[in-house]
Amino acid sequence: MPTHARYAIAILLFLLLATAGGPASAQGLSIDIVDGNASALPIAVVPFAFEGAGLPPDTDVAAVIAADLDRCGQFRALPKPDIVEFPVRGNEIKFATWRVLKQDFIVVGRVQDAEGGAYRIEFELFDVTRQAPLLRLAVGGRPGELRGAAHQIADLLYEKIIGVRGAFWTRMAYVTAVGTNRNIQYALMVADSDGYNPQTVVRSREPLLSPAWSPDGRKLAYVSFERGNSSIYVQEIATGSREVLAAHKGINGAPNFSPDGTRLALTLSMSGNPEIYVMDLGARRNSQVTRHFGIDTEPVWMPDGQSLLFTSDRSGKPQIYQVAAAGGDAKRISFEGEYNAKASVAYDGKRIAMVQGSGNRYRIAVLDRALGESRALSPGNLDESPSYAPNGSMILYAAREGSRGVLFAVSADGRVRQRLVLADGDVREPAWSPFRQR
Amino acid sequence: MHKPTRFILAALLATGMVACAKKVKEEPAPVSDAVAPVDTTPVDGAGRYAATDLDRVPCLMQRVVYFDFDRAEIRGEAQEILGCHAKYLNDNATARMTLEGHADERGSREYNLGLGERRGNAVNAALQANGASSAQITVVSYGEERPTCNESTESCWAQNRRVEIVYTAK
Repeated sequence: MPTHARYAIAILLFLLLATAGGPASAQGLSIDIVDGNASALPIAVVPFAFEGAGLPPDTDVAAVIAADLDRCGQFRALPKPDIVEFPVRGNEIKFATWRVLKQDFIVVGRVQDAEGGAYRIEFELFDVTRQAPLLRLAVGGRPGELRGAAHQIADLLYEKIIGVRGAFWTRMAYVTAVGTNRNIQYALMVADSDGYNPQTVVRSREPLLSPAWSPDGRKLAYVSFERGNSSIYVQEIATGSREVLAAHKGINGAPNFSPDGTRLALTLSMSGNPEIYVMDLGARRNSQVTRHFGIDTEPVWMPDGQSLLFTSDRSGKPQIYQVAAAGGDAKRISFEGEYNAKASVAYDGKRIAMVQGSGNRYRIAVLDRALGESRALSPGNLDESPSYAPNGSMILYAAREGSRGVLFAVSADGRVRQRLVLADGDVREPAWSPFRQR
Repeated sequence: MHKPTRFILAALLATGMVACAKKVKEEPAPVSDAVAPVDTTPVDGAGRYAATDLDRVPCLMQRVVYFDFDRAEIRGEAQEILGCHAKYLNDNATARMTLEGHADERGSREYNLGLGERRGNAVNAALQANGASSAQITVVSYGEERPTCNESTESCWAQNRRVEIVYTAK
């Protein structure tokens, strides 16, 4: 074979390897829906037409929107092969066709050129039965940011139909561990809430855990063992600048920002055993909230910023308690299950997700405070770390598959579950971001 | 049965017989394999442990204490080991150790951080009760973050529920 031909093949192979699979599989993240929901609202998202002059964007905007609506559990997007007509504007929709296909809603749209090489995406939502327009808007996006634009459209569709703000245009933080025994490389990652665009925030040879978002979504607090003992850091995601917030003797763990971002709840064991503290982030002063010889940890703020939920084994086994942020008597709130820990509170404060253990089985359960009952949401044996989406529609959690950790996103009703797998290592400690600011 | 298979079976049986026959004639085990009784009396004439004893005296060579699930009580079998280490610390005032507390993977990570520390504290208390000084001991909890065994089985979990004794100064 002539030398230049061999070179050409080598370059081709390199390009194939370098570009294979797109952004998700390049990072080894695979996404699949493991359960379905037959009672979800049927919606057709017709592929958006490209009406610009240059090259069409490489993001299939309609496909991203359909995938978002599918995984939240409240919608069932019409599979692409079943879409037989391709209207681009509302006046092109033949409603009879979509009635035959038993669709409640239809979305049409088009991508156009905007100033400075950006795109403008116009979309329209219709009620199929009433043949009535429900929403007509445009969203802008630069090349390479069209997944974000598509998530924002999905949010607007969700809000129009469900009546609650959508949470698709959000992110998640999580921890990965690759390697075995003393050769583990840990990383704190941030990705879109559907697992795309993963970015490394911190890399460490020592364990990382408990990421917590600031309410503005700009910072992460987390626990790192890089100093030999657990310490709490806070880091600006965009710049990487960070500082140590707590590095006392004993445990420095479980950071959680107050809803207004001015305080941080945390666990310190400098007094001899783990207690809950609240740090004033301006004055950097700690006030002790709990005083008990049991293990008190995993504080999370209630949405009103007045009280905290936390895990304590003061009654023998870990259970969830509530205490005023200023301190005082703690009240036990979990009574079902012999082991309840790591609470995550929905935005309305009415539902609390937690790890519920019984025998050797640990699952994610949701406690409805009005009913006083809890219900298991996950089918695994070693499920942990639940984290509510900011609109309460879904919960992220970590599970074991064999000896590896994977993440799941489950709809709040437990009907639709989606698996996010990092191919070569553990994925754990998911934390759903707050709403993003446009 | 196929001819080649029969041949292989015959060959296997033959080697097996050879091995069996060999076993009968086996010589007594070589000296290096024998269990040599170790004298646990400290080398120092005054009955004190010295730094060299850490790698020589069996109970000082044991550096891991195991625990029951969600418990931090020291089991009976660990008392003797801790007695030795406490004596070592008492005999060697400049010796320092870190007690690394660990938990198995079940339950939440931050709670397990608390559990690992509670186990480390229990070992610390047992050592001090036997004469060690608090200034010699540091407790660090790693919770479930540093397992020695990665399977989700009872035997694996039992290995991970532990406190590791690490001498930072002999």
